[in-house]
Amino acid sequence: MISTGIVTVSYIAATILFILALGGLSNQETARRGNWYGITGMSIALIATVLGVVTDNYVWLVTALLIGGSIGLILARRVQMTEMPELVAILHSLVGLAAVMVGFANFMDSGVHFEGVELTIHDIETYLGILIGAVTFSGSVIAFGKLSGKIGGKPMLLPARHWLNLGLLLAAIWFGRDFVIQSAAGEGLTPLLIMTAVALVFGIHMVMAIGGADMPVVVSMLNSYSGWAASATGFMLNNDLLIVTGALVGSSGAILSYIMCRAMNRKFLAVIAGGFGTGGGSTAKGGEDQGEVVPISAEETADLLATAKEVMIIPGYGMAVAQAQHIVYEITTGLRNKGVNVRFGIHPVAGRMPGHMNVLLAEAKVPYDIVFEMDEINEDFPDIDVSVIIGANDIVNPSALDEPDSPIAGMPVLECWKGKTTIVLKRSMATGYAGVQNPLFFKENTRMLFGDAKDSLDAVFKTL
Amino acid sequence: MKIGIPKEIYAGEKRVATTPEVASQLIQLGFEVAVETGAGTAATFSDAAYTGVGCEVVSTAADIWASADIIMKVRMPNADETGLMRSDQTLISFLWPAQNPDLLKTLSDKGVTALAMDSIPRISRAQKMDALSSMANIAGYRAVVEAAQHFGRFFTGQITAAGKVPPAKVLVIGAGVAGLAAIGAAKSMGAIVRAFDTRPEVKEQVESMDAEFLMLDFEDEDGSGDGGYAKVMSEEFIKAEMELFAEQAKDVDIIITTALIPGKPAPQLITAEMVSSMKDGSVIVDLAAEQGGNCELTEPDTIVNKDGVSIIGYTDLPSRLAAQSSQLYGTNLRHLLTDMTPENNGEIVVDMEDEVIRGATICKDGETTWPPPAPKLSAAPPKVEVSPDPVIPEIEEKKSFVGPAIFVLVGGLALLGLGAVAPPSFMAHFTVFVLACFVGYMVIWNVTPALHTPLMSVTNAISSIIVIGALIQISSTDNVIMWMAIFTLLITSINIAGGFAVTRRMLEMFRR
Repeated sequence: MISTGIVTVSYIAATILFILALGGLSNQETARRGNWYGITGMSIALIATVLGVVTDNYVWLVTALLIGGSIGLILARRVQMTEMPELVAILHSLVGLAAVMVGFANFMDSGVHFEGVELTIHDIETYLGILIGAVTFSGSVIAFGKLSGKIGGKPMLLPARHWLNLGLLLAAIWFGRDFVIQSAAGEGLTPLLIMTAVALVFGIHMVMAIGGADMPVVVSMLNSYSGWAASATGFMLNNDLLIVTGALVGSSGAILSYIMCRAMNRKFLAVIAGGFGTGGGSTAKGGEDQGEVVPISAEETADLLATAKEVMIIPGYGMAVAQAQHIVYEITTGLRNKGVNVRFGIHPVAGRMPGHMNVLLAEAKVPYDIVFEMDEINEDFPDIDVSVIIGANDIVNPSALDEPDSPIAGMPVLECWKGKTTIVLKRSMATGYAGVQNPLFFKENTRMLFGDAKDSLDAVFKTL
Repeated sequence: MKIGIPKEIYAGEKRVATTPEVASQLIQLGFEVAVETGAGTAATFSDAAYTGVGCEVVSTAADIWASADIIMKVRMPNADETGLMRSDQTLISFLWPAQNPDLLKTLSDKGVTALAMDSIPRISRAQKMDALSSMANIAGYRAVVEAAQHFGRFFTGQITAAGKVPPAKVLVIGAGVAGLAAIGAAKSMGAIVRAFDTRPEVKEQVESMDAEFLMLDFEDEDGSGDGGYAKVMSEEFIKAEMELFAEQAKDVDIIITTALIPGKPAPQLITAEMVSSMKDGSVIVDLAAEQGGNCELTEPDTIVNKDGVSIIGYTDLPSRLAAQSSQLYGTNLRHLLTDMTPENNGEIVVDMEDEVIRGATICKDGETTWPPPAPKLSAAPPKVEVSPDPVIPEIEEKKSFVGPAIFVLVGGLALLGLGAVAPPSFMAHFTVFVLACFVGYMVIWNVTPALHTPLMSVTNAISSIIVIGALIQISSTDNVIMWMAIFTLLITSINIAGGFAVTRRMLEMFRR
């Protein structure tokens, strides 16, 4: 109905709007507007495509859009903020699946014709699109399972798993070659299907081998893959909008993965290879008797907090598990009304997804201008009277700085022990994800408040 | 069992072994508590306060000694008091067995079970009962208060309409518990505080309190002895140390000395010469006065003025803060009793297998059990030699240079190869792709970390732009392709709607 030129112009507009949407996230004020840019961009792209490209099957199109859209809206409304990582993971899997479907459909579409080098390149594009899509799909499904607890969080370590990965990679390349050769003869569906199966197994195996606390890296990596899948599909369809959008998303995810890895002082490949915290050696050393922990009661905690001037709250995944963010907010408001300066210190890898803690605190109405990143507040700890650690462990482990042979050595940590008193809320003396004993618990100025974080904080709040 | 709290009879002693607050906790442990009338008066705890929490107030000391199973005191008992003791009684007090062999013998001969609060081993577990630390903390604080009283100026610097006031300079020698308490108190009054200690590991503690740590240029010598105490230093060290003090004495207004070496007379650190070099009106507080003093001119239990410098030699600083020190000492005792009452039934068990109780018990059933075997653990964990490893950073530096170089080379070659074979239409798309990656890179680094989760959900929504692929295919005449496209459309629209909606929901929550 409308000309190709108009469609292209609409795509350019959509591209710009998408870039603005991401740019808007640079701070909280512009972020909401940014989201509307994104929605507008998507609508323009959809409308232009429907009017300019689609020629038939409008009824089905609208039906699918409406059903899918409603499901999406319901999901978005129902999801608990603590379940955000699961939602993001399962949504990634849909992008991956879509890439696979589009790739196959495109391959089977007899209306598309290429010759010579162009055919080879087109085949490689198709192949890559499906490969990345399939890895994203199966990987995200497993990540969803792990995050929602349907699959155990422990890394599954098959013997010779690196060889298995290598084998799968070689198989993918071999069938890719096979596919390109057969495709030239008008065949090729078989190698394509086999490769898809190989990619699915690869995705499953890769995520299965990664433990719970490495999930921020995995989720952002899958985020990145879903972008690359879209980009590869764009190449296949000769569509710049897909290429650009995919590249934006891909680099976004890649940067997030990089930030997460840096925050753990680990190499990206080492995380992906999986199996962290299982090596022997220095883990045993950390288990030595390091002295005694000093327990504290909820009443005494309340007393300490009420008499403090500067309080720092350091949340970890345990806060999300215990759903303690609301009571944290109540305590924060109570203390702030008394003139106590309460702030939050967030480690980049706290939680199961980048920025997870920020969202939880925002949900609990904690104002974002008292929530700080590690780099912003790590210098301030000597002035802090009381630090409260809620369900975090490795991110406040001093051995990351003191013990050169610790598994987490060199990882930047929140140096809460430099404050006057640290209160650690913990269910038991179990070690954190890295399996390293935390000398923080044995420090003279550390007090342990044992029990479920939410119950403990409820008791603290009552006393306040 | 009945705990008896007699009134302290040592001249000038104002403390009491139990405050009403602690007594109520002891009663919860199952004990009965009897207090001699007027025992807490000097520490501002009235008899009524004790009765209020359920204690029995007894009119004479003799009644207490006769009726109680456990006697808790602050000062060690004198001859009259030991005469009142029975063999089945337990005595818990400061006893100083090393300095008072006669008392130890008397108690031992009587068959009394005696626990010396000063002999509690200095291990982490026993910190809560470490009465020496509690008292040292109070002494350090009080030392600053005494100094302030005899110092004719402000501690804090001020600029007033009547002129500028310089801040007082305080030197604290010995950064143990008392020293650190003194640093904290002087610092919070606004003084400039310096501290000296022979043990280098306390540097961090001193600096954490915002005081300046004075260092000697001695590399090999470490003044840390067993159990977190200091040890005797070499001659050269002492010489350098004295030079430092002589220099500091001319500069500072207040010196607080807390240097003690266990089992030895206090080291003499401030000579008469240094005192005379100090400014008029300066103050020295000598917390080691009882062990002979760190200052040559200190006279125990009194204040002397030499060359315009007030030298305070009080040995009863904790007693001068009686309410506070009674509270802390009482709590230390309570912690000890809690450990000795495993059943919470008010019956104590003197478990000689328990390292802490073994250490504190100086005699039991007529046998002298002092000195105890050496403690297994010292307060500070033994130092682990960390061998410096300069090799690693070097390698890393090389890597950081070679790695990217190889990457650029390989990438460049791959691009060249691609350019050689690929048709122009592909290269056009490829250009767009590379540029988009760079735009993404620039834009994403600007995203605030707090919004990383919304970033993921919004990128997720826009990556569903893949829906375009499905829309292109949906009009296909091939039924299989059409249905695949419809299915793709369905799942991507879940993603589009869900992604944007959940992002919106999250962003709505962020508020100031």
